[in-house]
Amino acid sequence: MADTRPGAMSRIIRWIDYRLPFVAALNHELNEYPTPRNLTYWWNFGSLSGIVLVVMIVTGIFLAMQYTPSSEAAFDSVERIMRDVNYGWLVRYAHSSGASMFFAIVYIHLFRGLYYGSYKEPRQFLWILGVIILILMIATAFMGYVLPWGQMSYWAATVITNLFSAIPLIGQSIVTFLWGGFTVGDPTLHRFYALHYLLPFIIVAVVGLHLIALHRFGSNNPLGIDAKGPQDTIPFHPYYTIKDLFGLAVFLLIYAFFVFYAPNTLLSPDNYIPANPMQTPNHIVPEWYLLPYYAILRAVPNKLLGVIMAFGSLFILFFVPWLDRSPVRSARFRPVYKWVFWLLVIDVVALGWVGANPPEGIVVTVGQIATFYYFLHMLILLPLVGKLERPRPLPSGIGAAMLGGGARLGAAGSPMAKP
Amino acid sequence: MADVAQQNVGEAHAGETRRDFLILTASAIGGVGVAATIWPFIATLNPARDTLALSTTEVDLTPIQVGQRLTVAWQGKPVFIAHRTPEEIKAAQDVDISQLREPQADSDRVQKPEWLVIVGVCTHLGCIPLGQKAGDDRGQYGGWFCPCHGSVYDTSGRIRQGPAPLNLWLPGQVERASQALYKFTSDTVVAIG
Repeated sequence: MADTRPGAMSRIIRWIDYRLPFVAALNHELNEYPTPRNLTYWWNFGSLSGIVLVVMIVTGIFLAMQYTPSSEAAFDSVERIMRDVNYGWLVRYAHSSGASMFFAIVYIHLFRGLYYGSYKEPRQFLWILGVIILILMIATAFMGYVLPWGQMSYWAATVITNLFSAIPLIGQSIVTFLWGGFTVGDPTLHRFYALHYLLPFIIVAVVGLHLIALHRFGSNNPLGIDAKGPQDTIPFHPYYTIKDLFGLAVFLLIYAFFVFYAPNTLLSPDNYIPANPMQTPNHIVPEWYLLPYYAILRAVPNKLLGVIMAFGSLFILFFVPWLDRSPVRSARFRPVYKWVFWLLVIDVVALGWVGANPPEGIVVTVGQIATFYYFLHMLILLPLVGKLERPRPLPSGIGAAMLGGGARLGAAGSPMAKP
Repeated sequence: MADVAQQNVGEAHAGETRRDFLILTASAIGGVGVAATIWPFIATLNPARDTLALSTTEVDLTPIQVGQRLTVAWQGKPVFIAHRTPEEIKAAQDVDISQLREPQADSDRVQKPEWLVIVGVCTHLGCIPLGQKAGDDRGQYGGWFCPCHGSVYDTSGRIRQGPAPLNLWLPGQVERASQALYKFTSDTVVAIG
């Protein structure tokens, strides 16, 4: 346990800290930071996503040192990374699998927030920053996917940029502007590479704001009630540092499994064919983490409306704090919302399945129903359930709920919530 | 979490040893893991296999007349092949070795006296010395002269004047030409690397 009390600090650190209170800030935010004592493993995914962001940036920088962003050389330079560069395969697979891990973690983090009402007063802005991070992540992942310049890269770039052609009147001009030419080509690849390198650092900045907003009121918790005093909190260190580290170890096992044993499971074999502007692959699907949006895009038989709804399904998340009218945060005390929440999870998984399959027969019907339900949930059910539902009584305090009356203080033998 | 909490209680009685042991072993294993993770990242920065594959160059010696010098690329670096004149060979052999900055006999620097094969990179700060082309300044010892900081090499490629600390390298950076990374595969062909 690092002892960061002022008395133990060396004189140099104290001298600097007086002028730049860095150690004091770390101590305040990561050590003594009072955290609700009942956080479950669902609360691991925030720190986990931060760690994966760092992994992505580090692996990405090392890849950038070997990669060539030109339409002539990009594909070969990626193959060179895989075959010739020492451990290049490891760094690239860590990066490509890392992208999937990043989205998996962030989606769990997002649904955690939806279940426990982490977006509600006073954490609305925290939630908004999170949605901004998600949008930046999608943009970054898309542009990163283009860089290997395989068939899927090329046609993903073509299809996604063409979404903007749905805009009336100026759509086609916008697409030409995005491409820097008359098709996806060398200028497109260059700018995507530049942006793919830039955006992660913007994500880091927004993550910083996300953390500032988080630490303003502290973490929400499974009970969804505010921590009212020391009986409700424990210091972040060592309790949650250890819990986060343990979760990290479990995550790294799963991550390593994909990197070492199944690195291509989540990639498309078509992307090992060099980009060919004259031939589209027979079956084109986006990466798994974009399938639900893709399903919504295809569910609507109108180009402009489909694009609006696909983007809308993402942007509507900004308004969730105001669409959900219930004053109770945690779904534990919301008997109806709890079911509505799980229906939404099933709905999004169904959209993912629809997105992964060719739009024929039953897939189309399921896609349209699931799309309809998604917006029904967001626009109708969220406000309505919040208004009509009768929440169960809330406990008087976190410590009280856990210790049964709050008689026993201190950490000894406290029955922490099991994951 | 409950375990950690209970450990706190046990610790009050048992002292710090159990926790110290756990922290020490966990940190040690974590440290090994971090080091093992950093290793491949550092390794990516070393020459890749396609770079290493460029490590052999074959040179046909027939067009090189006595007194001519030829520059060939090997591993991206210039290699000087000098077809030395009898006077140059004599000048290289007659030097009092003890006077040299890096004492080395000419016989240690060539496999055949008439062919000098050296890496044409100044041992000071990596410039390419002049002296390969007719009309170049070869310095006062008739060998090579580095335009960057004025190092002067003799007809055996040994440092004679100026800031460079060492003689021009033999391919493979070895002490003796017999170990250098080149060999005459026939009377007229030399393979470098």
